[in-house]
Amino acid sequence: MDIVSTLRVNRTERPFTADTRTTLLDALREQLDLTGTKKGCDQGACGACTVLLDGKRVLSCLSLAAQCEGREVTTIEGLARDGKLHPVQAAFIRHDGFQCGYCTPGQIMSAVALLKEGRAGSDEEIREFMSGNLCRCGAYPNIVAAIREVARLGSESQ
Amino acid sequence: MNAFEYVRPDDVAGAVTMVSRDPHASYLAGGTTLLDLVLKDGVVELGRVVDITRLPLRGISRGDDTLRVGALTTMEELAADPTVTERLPFVREALLLGASPQLRNMATVGGNILQRTRCRYFRDPTVAACNKRAPGSGCAAVTGVARMHAILGARAACIALHASDLCVPLVALDAVVHIQGVGGKRSVPLTEFYVLPGDRPDIENVLQHGELITEVEVPLLPVNARSGYLKVRDRASYEFALTSAAAALLIEDGTIARARLALGGVGTIPRRAREAEELLNGAPAVNQTFRAAAEVALRDPFTVSGTAFKVELAKRTIVRILQTVSGVQS
Ligand SMILES: Cc1cc2nc3c(=O)[nH]c(=O)nc-3n(C[C@H](O)[C@H](O)[C@H](O)COP(=O)(O)OP(=O)(O)OC[C@H]3O[C@@H](n4cnc5c(N)ncnc54)[C@H](O)[C@@H]3O)c2cc1C
Ligand code: SF4
Ligand code: FES
Ligand code: FES
Repeated sequence: MDIVSTLRVNRTERPFTADTRTTLLDALREQLDLTGTKKGCDQGACGACTVLLDGKRVLSCLSLAAQCEGREVTTIEGLARDGKLHPVQAAFIRHDGFQCGYCTPGQIMSAVALLKEGRAGSDEEIREFMSGNLCRCGAYPNIVAAIREVARLGSESQ
Repeated sequence: MNAFEYVRPDDVAGAVTMVSRDPHASYLAGGTTLLDLVLKDGVVELGRVVDITRLPLRGISRGDDTLRVGALTTMEELAADPTVTERLPFVREALLLGASPQLRNMATVGGNILQRTRCRYFRDPTVAACNKRAPGSGCAAVTGVARMHAILGARAACIALHASDLCVPLVALDAVVHIQGVGGKRSVPLTEFYVLPGDRPDIENVLQHGELITEVEVPLLPVNARSGYLKVRDRASYEFALTSAAAALLIEDGTIARARLALGGVGTIPRRAREAEELLNGAPAVNQTFRAAAEVALRDPFTVSGTAFKVELAKRTIVRILQTVSGVQS
């Protein structure tokens, strides 16, 4: 059964037609050509598919696209503004926060949300509240370092 | 997986009618249990998905002695509530030790209560023997690989665990579930909401098809009570419990005036430890009392080789949380 619907992704209205069973993840990747969001486990266990829904981090593999109609979806493609990387993206590059890079879009979306939630108070807190994002390459120390730096720069600039 | 219709009713009554009159319809809240079973594992077939996420059942309001939590409140929203932090700290701990931040932004309180077991044989349609999925077919777990399974309330017909963390402090607190059906409203204490597997492990609770959980009412702890939740697991985070315990104690002059205790990771249902509470009430807050309570709480377990370790682990989990909450050294 097809649905005709519209997703608001990265500040743009994106109409699409898909089967009702389509997840937000598949709609983004297959219908809207936004392949930055990655499919890891496709079952809620790895965090690779993390996007922001109305500003909150969620798993797109366990959301129906139809459920997200009228909501604001932000993906990794929507973070950079005016050709300038988001501070978290820049910090991941500076700190080598990845190896193969497959988990990275999910890590970055999760980190952006974590900073907004105010949960970067210590390395321990960062690790706990990033625990929904697995990295098979084990880039964790550098991921934590990147987030710690953005948190520190953020609090200095206030 | 067959095709399904997706609908988003405007009001509670409409949603209840829609699901009640269609045996192949199901409510969709955060989707973290349902979509997993329908889309990924393919063990639940649906004709119609009724999205309730935009119904006005979200939010928390405080009465004098209770907190009324809308069924669609997310785990993160409940954890962030100031009254929960102040008067129900072990509920907050249980929430934040569950799943991941992403899942907690999706998962609702109603859905958490109704989450299905993580038993791998239940979730694998290629496994024939599963009494919960196919009544009368047997149980692959009792002779198979069991670790994340129950030892209390379990029997040879089914050893599936109810894996919720949130429900552990909720049963300890005597939370009440408010339900709406086509015929009206009713309320059921969470301790009477779940049904032990018996001969019909497919029947898990007292909800009739189409009945909607609208609200969960949670009694607040006395201001001078102390509480805590301890979760023991295979990974540091983002993992279900092997064993867990929720305890709330009111201690006066070294004596336990009132104890509330419940266990997770070990029961086919979230497990209130009433006999242990009786032993604790009026007893001195010392290690001997704690160990005696743990022995009582784990009486008559049903174990298989993969779950036998849980008996002692659960006892130690109880002793540790009672020590932590009471401030008594080991
Ligand atoms: C990878 C992973 C890890 C997890 N780890 C943990 C953990 O550590 N601790 C823990 O406690 N939980 C854990 N969970 C389980 C998670 O908390 C539940 O899946 C979640 O709470 C279910 O809520 P939901 O809103 O997503 O429910 P849904 O999936 O939308 O619904 C679940 C069921 O309840 C029904 N339903 C939902 N709301 C209502 C209602 N109001 N009235 C009547 N019926 C309703 C649905 O029809 C469905 O049958 C984990 C889940 C995953 C996927
Ligand atoms: S433990 Fe229960 S859910 Fe798991 S295989 Fe046995 S009958 Fe099925
Ligand atoms: S792809 Fe969604 S959590 Fe792994
Ligand atoms: S960088 Fe390879 S999985 Fe994380």
